[in-house]
Order: sequence, then structure tokens, then C-alpha cells
Amino acid sequence: MARPLQEINAGSMADIAFLLLIFFLVTTTMDIDSGILRQLPPPKPDKEEPQDPIKERNVYIVLINSFDQLAVEGELMHVSKLCDGVKEFITNPKEKENLSEKREKDNPLFGKIEISKGVVSLQNDRSTSYARYIQVQNELVRAFNELRDEFSMRRFGMHFNELDEEKQDAVKAAIPITISEAEPKNIGG
Amino acid sequence: MAKFNRKGKGGTPAISTASLPDIVFMLLFFFMVTTVMREVEMKIRIKLPQATEIKKLEKKSLVSYIYVGKPIPSYEAKFGTEPRIQLNDEFSQMSDVVAYISAEREKLDENDIPQMITSIKADSDVKMGIITDLKQELRKAQALKINYSTRKELR
Repeated sequence: MARPLQEINAGSMADIAFLLLIFFLVTTTMDIDSGILRQLPPPKPDKEEPQDPIKERNVYIVLINSFDQLAVEGELMHVSKLCDGVKEFITNPKEKENLSEKREKDNPLFGKIEISKGVVSLQNDRSTSYARYIQVQNELVRAFNELRDEFSMRRFGMHFNELDEEKQDAVKAAIPITISEAEPKNIGG
Repeated sequence: MAKFNRKGKGGTPAISTASLPDIVFMLLFFFMVTTVMREVEMKIRIKLPQATEIKKLEKKSLVSYIYVGKPIPSYEAKFGTEPRIQLNDEFSQMSDVVAYISAEREKLDENDIPQMITSIKADSDVKMGIITDLKQELRKAQALKINYSTRKELR
């Protein structure tokens, strides 16, 4: 006579599943890497090609010395003022003689608009700390991001990151990020 | 009347736990799918600097990492306390960077190569000298898209 099949006790199933769950909880790393994206210049060619010299008024020189002090256009400056300094240099609202020039350029969305010729040149010493360097980089990127944001606010009445891709590209073309990092050299302290 | 009296006498019935395994399994699958196992063993100590203007790196497969920092205490005797670079699992010399980048490039699909990003994970206490050297090596290796890995600053 066949015995009736005994039901398997599933009570411990939850325990097993919990055990696995805890294992994966512990090993999971949810952090997505994030940071400041930068484009490096291509390697220096062996033969120096004569480049069009950039006018002095179009270069915004930012130096960081070995004591993590900041010199902008030859004068000491606090990091918190850098962002506004860059914005004024790029936009040059009062058409000052010592700030950047502008040139006209065609833009797919806005037609002919004025684009700043300004370039921010960042130089650092070998014993500058990485933390300060990132802080300065961050301020420079922030200046350009704010400029783009203000520009899209004026043109579209929307924040830059709310625009669709086509408009974002147009704004990017109108305000290019021009941060140049000089060939390394020791600027001393 | 007896019908009504019987109600409430048996106390609260036990909550069925039969669906508990299902719930737990659901959670389990979620974590299994999202899990990324730690790929490299960290031999250096890194405290990332903070920044506000950060972008997320969307595609993990396109990113190769270079770590810069001081060796952790258990390696101090062997490698000293000067900042070093770590590629994959090993301490490396500056001259290994070019080979590392080309090895990483080999792993990628041909169409993805221009999108390759090199993420520099450096400790905020290191000096720029080593970072500058590293950047020069990356330029030599034609890995021009770089990312300074940072933490989100809370303001």
C-alpha cells in the first residue's frame, strides 16, 4: 500500500533566500563612478608647428603655486571668486580692453552670434595638492556651466539640462568650454 | 445568536508566511542583477576629493581606472609611503601606463574605442607632480578622454 506523499516543508526556504540576499547585499557596490570629465590635448608633435599666437587679452591665466595659492592674471585671488572672474572674462559685458574679445560665428539655431575668443589657461606646480587642483577645475567648470545655464535661460527660458539634445548642442557651440592646460613646467612657489 | 458569539473567540489567526520566500526572492534577484563584484583589490588608500560639477560615467565597460595614492599600511614596508599608481591589482611604474591603456583598448569593441574614458582615482592628498606625469603618459597613449573621479560635495 502506497503511503501518501509527504509534503516538503518549505518553511526554511525563506531562511535560505535570506542568506543569499544578505550575501548579495554585502557584496553589492552601488556607487556609479562620477567626476569631472576633461579632454587632454593630443601629444606634442616633434616638429613645433607655428601656431597663431593668442592675444594676451584673450588668455585668462590661472596659476596655482606649491602652497596652493591662486594667482589669476598675476594677482592673488581666493578660490571662491574664481568662478565670477571667469564669467566676467568670458562674457566681457562692459567690453573692457583687458578682457576677452568676441567673434561672430554661425550657429545652427541662433544664426550669427558672438562667441568669446577667451581661453582659460590653467597652470600648476608639481607640488600643488591634487585637492586644490580639483577644486580649481571644479570652479572653472562651474563658471562655464553657469554661463550655459544663463544663456539657455535667456534664449529658451529653461535651464540648460532641461533642454533637448539639439538645443543643448547649440548652446554648447555658443559657449564652448575653453580650458587649456599648459605643458607642464615648474612655476615654483 | 450562537453564530455571532463564536466570532472573535479564536484570537487573531496567524499571518500566512507562505509568500515570504517570494518576496525575499524578488529582492534577491534585484540585488543579483545590480551587483557588480569588486574587480580590483585596493592596495592604496584613496580619499577622493569633492566637487560639485560632476558627471556620471554611464557605461562602465568603457571606463578603465587608474588609482593613485599612498600604499595601505600592510604594504608600507615593501613599497614605502610615497604615492604610487595602481593598475588592475598591482603597483606599477609610470612606464607601464601606455601598455595598460593599449591592453584596455584591446578589450573594447572597435566602435567603442573613441568613447573610451580613463578615470583617474587619486587621493586628495597626492601632489600634482605624479598626476602631471600620468597625464603626459596618457597623452602619449592617446587616451585623451579622462575623468577626475570625485565625490559629490554636500553643500
